This record gives sequence, C-alpha cells and structure tokens, in this order.
Amino acid sequence: MIVRGTEPPRPRADEVVRLDGVKRHYLVGDEVVRALDGVSFSIRRGSYWAIMGPSGSGKSTMLNILGCLDRPTEGAYWLNGGNVADMDDDELSDHRLRNLGFVFQSFHLIPQLTVCENIEVPMLYLGLGQSERRHKAESLAERVGIAHRLRHLPSELSGGQRQRVAVARALANDPAVLLADEPTGNLDSATSVQIMALFQELYEQGKTVIVVTHESDIAAYAKACVVLKDGLVQSVREGVS
Amino acid sequence: MSVLGSLWPFVRLGLTDVWRHKTRSFLTMLGMVFGVGSVIAMLAVGEGASQQALEAIKRLGSQNIMVMSVKPTSEERGNSGSQRGQLAVYGIKYDDETRIRETVPGVVMTVPARMTRRNARLGERQLELRVVETIPAWFDVVQRPVLAGRVLTEHDMRERANVCVLTEHGVRRLLAAEEMIGQRIRIASGLFEVVGIVKNETGGTVRAPDSEADAYIPIITGTKLFGEANIRYSAGGMEGERVELSQIIVKMKDTAAVEPGSKAIEALLARFHKKVDYKIDVPLTLLREAERTKRTYNIVLGAIAGISLLVGGIGIMNIMLASVTERTKEIGIRRAIGARRSRIVIQFLINTCVLSIGGGIVGLLVGLAIPLLITLFTAMPTVVQPYSLVLAFGISVGIGIVFGLYPAMRAAALDPIEALRHE
Repeated sequence: MIVRGTEPPRPRADEVVRLDGVKRHYLVGDEVVRALDGVSFSIRRGSYWAIMGPSGSGKSTMLNILGCLDRPTEGAYWLNGGNVADMDDDELSDHRLRNLGFVFQSFHLIPQLTVCENIEVPMLYLGLGQSERRHKAESLAERVGIAHRLRHLPSELSGGQRQRVAVARALANDPAVLLADEPTGNLDSATSVQIMALFQELYEQGKTVIVVTHESDIAAYAKACVVLKDGLVQSVREGVS
Repeated sequence: MSVLGSLWPFVRLGLTDVWRHKTRSFLTMLGMVFGVGSVIAMLAVGEGASQQALEAIKRLGSQNIMVMSVKPTSEERGNSGSQRGQLAVYGIKYDDETRIRETVPGVVMTVPARMTRRNARLGERQLELRVVETIPAWFDVVQRPVLAGRVLTEHDMRERANVCVLTEHGVRRLLAAEEMIGQRIRIASGLFEVVGIVKNETGGTVRAPDSEADAYIPIITGTKLFGEANIRYSAGGMEGERVELSQIIVKMKDTAAVEPGSKAIEALLARFHKKVDYKIDVPLTLLREAERTKRTYNIVLGAIAGISLLVGGIGIMNIMLASVTERTKEIGIRRAIGARRSRIVIQFLINTCVLSIGGGIVGLLVGLAIPLLITLFTAMPTVVQPYSLVLAFGISVGIGIVFGLYPAMRAAALDPIEALRHE
C-alpha cells in the first residue's frame, strides 16, 4: 500500500525497472476492473526476465504499463530513472523513444517501408541524419542476420526474418530495455529457437531483456521470472544464472 | 540536423502512398486540378477582358469629354415633328461647340464631327460607307495609327479638298486589293481622292465614336457637298434627319478638369436645348466604372473558383480520413516506437500536401493551357498574371493543410494500444 503524501522511494542506480504498488483499474460500465492491483518488483540492468501468467492475469496490462503505453492508476513505475506515472503524453512518447525497444508478437513492421527503412524509423524520430541512419541500420541488420534483405519489403520475408527486422528496429535507439511481447507466438518451433537464441545473444552482450509470454518453455530462456495472477504477483523466481 | 532532412522521408512516404493508390490519388487530385486550373484561367480571362476595356477607354483619352447627339425619345419630340417623310431636326450645333470652347474653363480644344452614311462607288463596286466628317484635330485626340499616306490636314480644310482617309475596314469593304492611295472613289455626289489609310480600333466593350467608320473626310467639304441633312430613301419613302454635329470631343487641360468641365457642359447644353437631344460621356468616369466592374468581376470569379477549390479540398479530406482508418495500425506502431502526436500530425499533413500540391501543379498547367486555347479559338485576349501562379501554389498548400488537419488530428488522437490491436 502506498501511503499518500510520502514520496515513493527512488530506484537504485542499477534498477532499470522498478514498480512500487502499481495499480491499473478500468471502469467498465459501473464496474471497476482491477487489472493490476498493487504490483511491486524491480529488474536490474543487464538481466533477462520473463513475465508470465495465464490470460486474464493482467499480463497485457503489465505489458502496456512496462511499455509506457499506459500509466498506472496508482503507484510508481520507474523506467531508467524516470517515473512514468508523472508523465504527459509527449513525455511518455519521448520516454518510449529513448528507453524502450518493442518486439511484438505479430512483428508490426510498416508494410510500405523496406527492411532498411523500418529499422530507421526510431532513428528518424530521434533526429539522426540520413547517412547515420543508413549506416546504423546496416550494422543492426548485420547483427540480427538480415543484412542481405535490406531492400526488401516485409511482405517478401518469412516470419522469422520479419521478427529479426523487428528486433533490429527495437535496438535502433539503443534502448535501456528490450521489451518483447510473445515474440515467438507467430513462429514455428525451429524459428522460435533461433529468435530466442538471438535474445540470449543480446542478453550476453549486456542488454536488459524482458519477455512477456504465457509459454513456460519460452520463459525458461530467461534468467528470472515474475508470475502474475489476478492482477497480483504470484511468485518471483530469480537468479538462475 | 536540417528540418528538410527530417521531413524528406515523410515526403517520400507520401509520394509512395500516392503512387500505390494511383487511381484513388488521381481522382482525388482532379478536384484540385480543376480548382487551381479554374482560378488561373478565370483570372487570366477576367484580366484580359478588363485590360482590353481599359485599353479602349484609355484610347478615348482620359482627359476628353464626349458630347453626342441623340435622337430624342418620341414623347420628347413633341410638335417639332418627325413623321415619316419629314426631316427630324435635333442634336448639337456648331453654336454649342463655340459656346463650350469659349465659356467652359479648362477646355484645350474641341473637335466636331458628323457621322453619316453615304452611298459610295469604286469602279464596279457600290456600297454604303460610314463616313466621319471631321477636322484634322480628330487624329490628335483619338489615336489612329497611320498605315499608309497621311491623315487630314489644315490645308485640306482651307482648300475644302475632296480628299478622304480610309480605315483598314473601309479598304476591306471596298475590296480594294491594289494600292489605294491616289485612287478616287465616289462618295454620294463627290469624287474623293484617297490620301491615307489608318488602322481601325478593334473590339472591346467600350467603343470609340468612329470604331466602325470606313472613311474620314474634311467636315467643311462634307458641308459644302452634302449640307447637314442625312437623307435616306427607303421602300416607304424618304427618311431623313438634320443633325449639325453628331459629336464633339472636348479635350480638357488635364484629368482634374474633366469632371467640373462635364458638369459645366451639361449645364450649358441644358440652357440652350429644350429637349434632351444630347448625351455626355466621360471616358474617365467609364474608366473608373470599368475598374469597379473589374473588381466585382474578380470577386465573382474568385468565389466560383473558391467553391471548386473547396470541393477539391473536401475530396482530399475524405480520402485522408479513409487513409487514416486504413493506416491505424501503422499509426499505432509509430506511436509505440515513440513518435509524439505532433509527428503523426505532420506525417499526415505532408501526405495531404503531396496530394494537394500534386493536383495544384497539374492544375497550374491546365490553368496555363486553358487561356491559350481560349485565345486561340475565340480571339479573346487573356493575360495570365504571374501572381496567380504563386497564388495557385499557395492555395494548394493551404488546402492541403486546412483539409488535412482534421484527418491528421484524428490519426494523432488514436490511442496507441487500440491502434496496435486494429486489424
């Protein structure tokens, strides 16, 4: 419980994500739906976490909050030193732009842009020059193993290749957190393994990775796990690696 | 980083989007094409017409006052009578000219003239010519470029010479293909030597008194040979009128003297004429009226063009609203990546402007082509004003922004979570 009138404690320097009593309530008709009802945990920089839970557990709401697409009704969410609960829409947008890299279940590439242009989108909003964008997009494509497809449209790629492009795009702004939502949900098992290996690689290079999933074998790749149930933290498993 | 560099990817995106929906974009742009095209074309036609009118009025001379004889209406004719077979007597007289010259302040010169129709013959060809009987000063007051020979001179007046100056028009009517200067043509009872050919005034809404004349002769020769009666014989008998002068052109010392001068002339004539058998025209007033008319004209044309632009703009807005719905997911992705609302607004505004400016450029070409075609096929003068091109471009951008704003705001207002979920 947050006691009103007192500032929530600021996160420690190595805590890239910190939630203090985060609640998210919706009003549906006359009824209050408590999607999240007081969630607290913190994630250290450079770790690899999974957030699990069955449907209806508040997982999607958790994803929206972690992704700065939504604000907690109550409580504090610190991402890379900024409290999301205090931000207006523009600040929230800027916070996403600087600190988050999204990887979605259905890739969410922009269909009319080429692979290269898709990777460049975050850099465009960051205000990088054309040659710098091009150069960085090429090196990112190299890093995720999609360099030979730069001039193609997403529709010309396989699912696995599309997800690699999405990962490259998520890395384009050097985010503090790479946030993946069911990243293998639309992929066959062989491709899934390849994508999860890519996340593993990024984690080993020092990235903070958070994977939101309902599949335990995907969650098993992570080094720590939060399990949600009915809007509350059911269990936290930490420090496997 | 330059603003242009950050906008260019969105301009390219707009262009590819237009290209991807070729048919749709083309139809949408048509509204702008016709809107902008009609603005330029209408301004060009309007400007052409008004410049022609102003030109004609200016040729009449802005410091001149035209005093003309007019046949009084039947009620006013009273018992002085002009039943069939009788001579109608009306109009301004030499006395009027003298009075005007001597009493109205600021008069530099008065030029009397008599417009008559006379049967003429050149060789085998016989026809009725419109003859202007006047003094040499006519050609000082009303500019007529000399094509060959000379105009009337004081010498002709002193000698009461049987000479005539033909207009281009008169030459054509006489079917005189060969060299006319020095030839003799018969006009009524006199034999006249052609001494010069002048250019006619062409077209226009405001006509000079001699705009359709065929020939000029010295007024003194006319009086000597024909008197002052203009008698025409027709099937019913004889119809005639006696008019001393059809016209006096009064030249004032400057334009400021024109208005008081015309009032003084009006008062003078009213004192000596029982009936209103005269009319006073002031080119300066006509000029002012023409300028007023031009303004009205421009407002009406502008309103019509404005409506077509409005329709074009609404078409664009409609398409952009559809496009926002179609691209909801893309908007969600961009917002999730971290685009501010304002970036989405700018992206859609650029997209609309690509459409409206594209249509505007094609419209510009159409607007340049239509006046050319009009001039080619109807000989109506058109003047494409350079400012109208700038205006058209400005309008295209303006339409793009005004009609793009609402769809763009709608796009930006989308909740990113909802937008991402949109299929």
